[in-house]
Amino acid sequence: MTDKTVSVADDPAKVEPVAPEAGATMADVPAEAPGESRTDVRTAVSRGGASDGGAATAVSTRAWLKKSSGTWWGRYTVRILSVLVLIGLWHLASTYDFRLLLNFENVPAPGVVGGVLLELLSSDTFYRHIAASVERVAIAFGLATVSGVALGVFMGRIRLVEDVFSPYVEIFRPIPAVAWIPLAILMLPTEQSSIIFITFLGAFFPIVLNTMHGVDQTPKDLVRAARALGASSTSILIHVVLPAALPSIVAGMAIGMGIAWFSLLAGEIISGQYGIGYFTWSSYSLIQYPQIIVGMVTIGLLGTLSTLLVRYGTRPFLRWQR
Amino acid sequence: MRLGNLWAFGEGPSRKGPVHVGSPGARPETGRIRISDVSIEFNTNGRRNVAVDGADLEVEPGEFICLLGPSGCGKSTLMNAVAGFVEPTAGHVEVDGKRVNGPAPERGMVFQQHSLFPWKSVRKNVAFGPRMAGHSVTESDSIARTFLGMVGLSAYGNHYPSQLSGGMQQRVGIARALANYPDVLLMDEPFGALDAQTRSMMQQNLVDLRQEFHTTIIFVTHDIEEAVFLADRIIVMSASPGRLIEDIRVDLPHPRTHEIVTEPRFVELKKQCLDLIRAETTRAFEQQGQAV
Ligand SMILES: Nc1ncnc2c1ncn2[C@@H]1O[C@H](COP(=O)(O)OP(=O)(O)OP(=O)(O)O)[C@@H](O)[C@H]1O
Ligand SMILES: [Mg+2]
Repeated sequence: MTDKTVSVADDPAKVEPVAPEAGATMADVPAEAPGESRTDVRTAVSRGGASDGGAATAVSTRAWLKKSSGTWWGRYTVRILSVLVLIGLWHLASTYDFRLLLNFENVPAPGVVGGVLLELLSSDTFYRHIAASVERVAIAFGLATVSGVALGVFMGRIRLVEDVFSPYVEIFRPIPAVAWIPLAILMLPTEQSSIIFITFLGAFFPIVLNTMHGVDQTPKDLVRAARALGASSTSILIHVVLPAALPSIVAGMAIGMGIAWFSLLAGEIISGQYGIGYFTWSSYSLIQYPQIIVGMVTIGLLGTLSTLLVRYGTRPFLRWQR
Repeated sequence: MRLGNLWAFGEGPSRKGPVHVGSPGARPETGRIRISDVSIEFNTNGRRNVAVDGADLEVEPGEFICLLGPSGCGKSTLMNAVAGFVEPTAGHVEVDGKRVNGPAPERGMVFQQHSLFPWKSVRKNVAFGPRMAGHSVTESDSIARTFLGMVGLSAYGNHYPSQLSGGMQQRVGIARALANYPDVLLMDEPFGALDAQTRSMMQQNLVDLRQEFHTTIIFVTHDIEEAVFLADRIIVMSASPGRLIEDIRVDLPHPRTHEIVTEPRFVELKKQCLDLIRAETTRAFEQQGQAV
């Protein structure tokens, strides 16, 4: 469902000229379908691996893989182990100054980073950074959802509105967040509003496009059924068009949320005060390497959590889907 | 696929309260359909495509009409003109003396499949029409319960349509259309997507429903036996351009059960339709072959 509606990444012709933005979007996609897609890949891989083995060990390995990936606990054990393995590798690479393609000489070890993290967690400033970012994303994402859904619905329903607005969407959508920084500073009165504007743009376009797409796909027979049952245009909008578009809108919101964090980070280059992006950038100029990693992981976690919030928060409205 | 301008949708007149729920045997006074010299043309890629050609038909209140004809002959198009979804190129449709110009709740529609609102529970689907007619939520809900009971689905009110079988979904579709107390019920191959057993059960169901509802029905079908079993009159359409070529009165007593299918008169009527349809289908095939 999502791959159809990932409007930024799915058009191969558009990937080339907007490499940074498109790259971010594509990286974002698997993150918002945590369950299904990855499992499919994994079972496919384990099946393929075992089938050309054929020996007894291969069979038992396959059986083990099947079992452990089948149960809920087994699957989460694998996920946690996978994270621990990464931390272990990171530890080894930074302790022994690994240098091949990637240079780990200046990368602090996980233990050091953990220490800094604990230190930060007991300080007020770190939470103020997080709060500032969360606030910006919340405002920008809220505005993007309301205006994106509204514009998307009008574009999906009224041809004239679509024809008037689609050139803007097409032209502005591929512009990466970083490119907006100078203009955002010039056009908006405060730093705060510039950052929110840039974050807003990141979330806005996927929501508009997915809403428009979803509205466009409203089954014709359902609209006819509603009309034959005496529904007015407004009732059709509320009872048929919006619910029909909702799965697509939610997908757009989840993608938009990911891009919002990505754009926020770019926007917070501007900020001279607070924000997790600002924290990360300033740590780099202050040569506080562990802080950089803490900032990065925090951004990742916040992005994932807020995307999950979108998914689970909208789930009650999508219970009718099988 | 574009749906056109939402804000251009006509708003059907809203009506409150039942119009007629006939007692068994009673004939309603409303639901007279007059199709006067209706032709419907489509413009497909600049080519004129005559879907319906000079259709003339008068349907009495409470009559059950089956529209029978080869695929693509214009049955759905003619029915959509009665529903108000398609505007005739020439001629017009009248229901009870009022000219049809857009869909309205007094002309109920049952589609072939997938026409329930998937995001609404079964009961909310049925309650939708009454809600739109201005009944309160509680009133609509109790109307919905009544009609769900009538199609034998009282226990499924809180289910979502996707949790029901195809046959049950169609029964909900019928209950939903009836909950508006329509004068006319338009059914476009409502059992077409069902398996043979379910289909025959649904036909019996519809016959039983007609003991309570004497709504005028236009029923489109491919299935000759279905047509003879259900109809008071069978209207046979010719291959494209669709013309009404035969009006067969089915003089079998009501209410019918499936035992009737072996009776000589039933078999005779079936054969009459079969011969007509076979000739038309052959003609349609030849036409389509030439067109290529
Ligand atoms: N919206 C439309 N635009 C253009 N052509 C149409 C449209 N609807 C129907 N037609 C054409 O009108 C003719 C009749 O179609 P219609 O759907 O009424 O046939 P039908 O008898 O219902 O067929 P079936 O039994 O297969 O459902 C066909 O040639 C079809 O291509
Ligand atoms: Mg048809």
